[in-house]
Amino acid sequence: MRLLTARLSTKRRSPIAGLVVVLLGLLLTGGGYALLSPASAQSGTASQSTVQQGRQLFLVGCSSCHGEHGEGIVTKRGTQYGPPLAGVGAAAVDFQVGTGRMPMARPGAQAQKKKVLYNDQEISALAAYVASLAPGPAIPDPSTYNTTNVDTQSIVRGGEFFRTNCTACHNFAAAGGALPGGKYAPSLHGVSNKHIYEALLTGPQQMPVFSDGVLQPSEKRDIIAYLNSVMANPDYGGAELGSAGPVSEGLFAWLIGIGACVGFAIWIASHSTRSTRSTRSRKGASA
Amino acid sequence: MSTATTNGKKAAQVHRPSKVGQLATWVDDRTGIAGVAKKQVRKVFPDHWSFMLGEIALWSFVVLLLTGTFLTLWFKPSMGEVVYNGSYDQLRGVSMSEAYASALHLSFDVRGGLLMRQIHHWAAMLFIAAMFVHMMRIYFTGAFRKPRELNWVIGCLLLLLGSLEGFTGYSLPDDLLSGTGLRAAGGFILAIPVVGTYISFFLFGGEFPGDAIIPRLYTAHVLLIPAVLLALIGLHMLLLVYQKHTQYAGPGRTNDNVVGYPMMPVYAAKAGGFFFIVFGVSALMGGLMSINPVWRYGPYDPSQVTAGSQPDWYMGWPDGALRIMPGWETHAFGFTLSWNIFLPIIVLPGLMFTILLMLPFIENWITGDKRDHHLLQRPRNAPTRTATMVALMTFIGLLWAAGGNDIMAIKFNLNLNYITYFIRVMVFVGPVVAFLITRRWCISLQRADRDRLLHGYESGVIMRSPEGAYAEKHLPISTGETFALTSREHDDIPAMPSDADENGVANHKVWLTRLRVRLARFWYSGNIETPSREELEAARHHADDELAEQELAEYHDSHVQHDRHGIETGEVGKH
Ligand code: HEC
Ligand code: HEC
Ligand code: HEM
Repeated sequence: MRLLTARLSTKRRSPIAGLVVVLLGLLLTGGGYALLSPASAQSGTASQSTVQQGRQLFLVGCSSCHGEHGEGIVTKRGTQYGPPLAGVGAAAVDFQVGTGRMPMARPGAQAQKKKVLYNDQEISALAAYVASLAPGPAIPDPSTYNTTNVDTQSIVRGGEFFRTNCTACHNFAAAGGALPGGKYAPSLHGVSNKHIYEALLTGPQQMPVFSDGVLQPSEKRDIIAYLNSVMANPDYGGAELGSAGPVSEGLFAWLIGIGACVGFAIWIASHSTRSTRSTRSRKGASA
Repeated sequence: MSTATTNGKKAAQVHRPSKVGQLATWVDDRTGIAGVAKKQVRKVFPDHWSFMLGEIALWSFVVLLLTGTFLTLWFKPSMGEVVYNGSYDQLRGVSMSEAYASALHLSFDVRGGLLMRQIHHWAAMLFIAAMFVHMMRIYFTGAFRKPRELNWVIGCLLLLLGSLEGFTGYSLPDDLLSGTGLRAAGGFILAIPVVGTYISFFLFGGEFPGDAIIPRLYTAHVLLIPAVLLALIGLHMLLLVYQKHTQYAGPGRTNDNVVGYPMMPVYAAKAGGFFFIVFGVSALMGGLMSINPVWRYGPYDPSQVTAGSQPDWYMGWPDGALRIMPGWETHAFGFTLSWNIFLPIIVLPGLMFTILLMLPFIENWITGDKRDHHLLQRPRNAPTRTATMVALMTFIGLLWAAGGNDIMAIKFNLNLNYITYFIRVMVFVGPVVAFLITRRWCISLQRADRDRLLHGYESGVIMRSPEGAYAEKHLPISTGETFALTSREHDDIPAMPSDADENGVANHKVWLTRLRVRLARFWYSGNIETPSREELEAARHHADDELAEQELAEYHDSHVQHDRHGIETGEVGKH
């Protein structure tokens, strides 16, 4: 699903890709509904067998850090191997496991993204299990983050929400930014619609939770639509230099600009030194 | 054309008076301009790449004037609110200032507008960077010494004004970055004790942001500062021409002449060509590399901010100082003194600028040197001076790095706090270490020069002595190089004054003179004197002997090979 939607955002303009995506999307949502819908159901009444499967997976892959019942494990120094998971909701699991953050590979300031270790079905099972611990945000319905029919006006509105709520951490071009203590807000390039939506719902780590009271579902969708549309823009000004702002621009001004100009100066001067040398050997060069 | 010329007193004669010549004579009879012009035409410029660094600055300034004028045709310096209706989809319908809307209009709806904006901005970065490297060249080679101190001062003012011009330009488009910068500047001004609030109030015409600041900055940016810059650049060039160019030591180059090309036609052609190169480089950068993509920042809104908000590079180091400054504040009598802002942003740059401005005068006071200097020094031959600048550069460089701490943290996966702690320590340690290392390094290079003079250069030929020892063969260096290496002024270390002069009259301010002498001793200490004429001659003889021995050895090698014993007892190969 993640792959599909990523393609959806980058190749939105190609009609064939669009068709394929729609077909596949229909297939998946239609076919997957029977399997998955209990897990993502708003009521949280997942089928008992799915929860059981999730529990088994959890015991194997997650309990070493999060505890056998997701109650969390505290280290001797008072920090956590893994925080308690009761109430984080299915959306948090889907986001954390679906982006490859969980299971966390090694302790660090922040869980790194890596290859996703579970398939979609297993992720839903894990989500169903964690959701069964206590009620929390459910995995959003695909219609909530579907941006195909969003008009320009909404995209513009999404841009304003993005600048007000997100650029402080994620940078104006969603290229990412540093946070204190070795933490960082990652780049949002190549993140699927669903995962953006889930990140907003669950507020991983330092990121605040943007609950539906703060940003309505349609506003969340507008932000996603804005991100997709600016990322589909061509690079109007040429190479983006990492979109990191004036620091990288300054670096390039020195490396390329001054570098090239000084290089040319050396070239010009060396081409006359040759003739100077011939002058030097002549008597009375400084007549 | 390839004949080098000095500043002769007599101008070239015009042989065949043409129509143009007649007109010229007519003008000359009335204005006397030919005298000046002939002098200029015969003006000589030495040739070395490091003399062209200033030209990069000059030509990028010309590029700035050209592209800036283009921008003024469309840019609207107004904070009046409009609703954007241009081609950039993601902002259509947003209300914004006219300034920002016109910057977007320039970027998307004016043919070549974005290119011009980008060339303008890249050229601005180049302009100031070029002034920087130019200034380093001047300093490291001692070109600022008498009689050129005034041009150093003008150069410093140019650097200051250039940075200011850059900052006003950066603030014009009124995007999120501009506004954040202005907001910060407003905060800095407020941090000035007592008068800060008043200055801020006058500057912004009321509370920040108000609606006066952009028009005011615009006037400063396109009129006031460029006019002053232009005047100062003119003066800078006039002084240069009047005082003539400095040159590196070499055969035929003395303190009383200038060896190089006459202004016309060689130098003019080269300089003209160089203009197109600088223009070309800025145009290529403007065409290929995005700079200040204002459409991505969005219009300024005081409630927003973005990660990666930084000033342009030349303002980056005070920003860095601000970032690593501990949060010191004093509360007294109901007022707050924000040392955490006032010290790094107001005091430090002022102090650094004063130091930069005063460098020639400080050095002159220490050395007490009253001579005119037209020959440049190699950086190694003034170790303390070189080390001073390297220390200053290290200081600024570290602060510059601190200004990009968040970018370093995210690009190199580092901890933001650790970078801050590290730089807090390094700004004190780094310059001292850099000073000591550079000084020793220079002195070692002097020693290497001395060795080169006395023993010649390493030929790369390894000789084996009959005893089996290996030694590299040294060959004498050329006369030209000997000349260049020996043309060094001798250190003039003043004597320590006594409390009273020979008549028993108490020396006024003797402590100051003593300080000066002590500093001068430190200034010159460690310098390796160039060998004396006698030493050089002795070395030359030695080298000749050695060569003779060498030839003898080779002779033996080829003729007495069957009888090696004969050679083994000889002196061959010994130094
Ligand atoms: C190596 C220890 C470790 C393992 C194994 C691990 N986690 Fe975590 N988990 C953490 C830590 C530490 C955090 C909090 C820090 C973070 O999110 O970066 C966390 C956070 C989470 C969160 C987010 C909680 C919130 O407040 O939003 C979820 C959900 C989660 N883990 C699920 C899982 C699941 C499901 C597994 C098994 C597939 C798993 N974790 C395996 C250590 C671990
Ligand atoms: C206080 C800073 C902060 C703000 C504000 C913030 N985020 Fe985040 N965001 C983070 C951090 C930190 C992470 C990384 C969490 C982790 O790795 O566990 C993150 C992660 C994300 C991710 C996941 C990216 C990935 O690579 O999987 C998305 C999507 C996201 N944020 C979107 C947003 C959007 C949209 C907004 C604005 C509505 C926003 N964030 C506002 C700090 C922030
Ligand atoms: C030494 C000289 C100069 C420097 C360092 C400088 C620097 C800058 C900078 C950094 C910007 C921001 C550009 C951007 O939007 O990305 C700018 C904008 C601008 N400059 Fe200059 N500039 C100089 C001279 C001039 C001159 C001489 C003019 C006009 C005659 C001019 C006119 C403008 C205008 C109109 C803008 C705003 C346009 C825009 O931002 O899109 N500049 N300048």
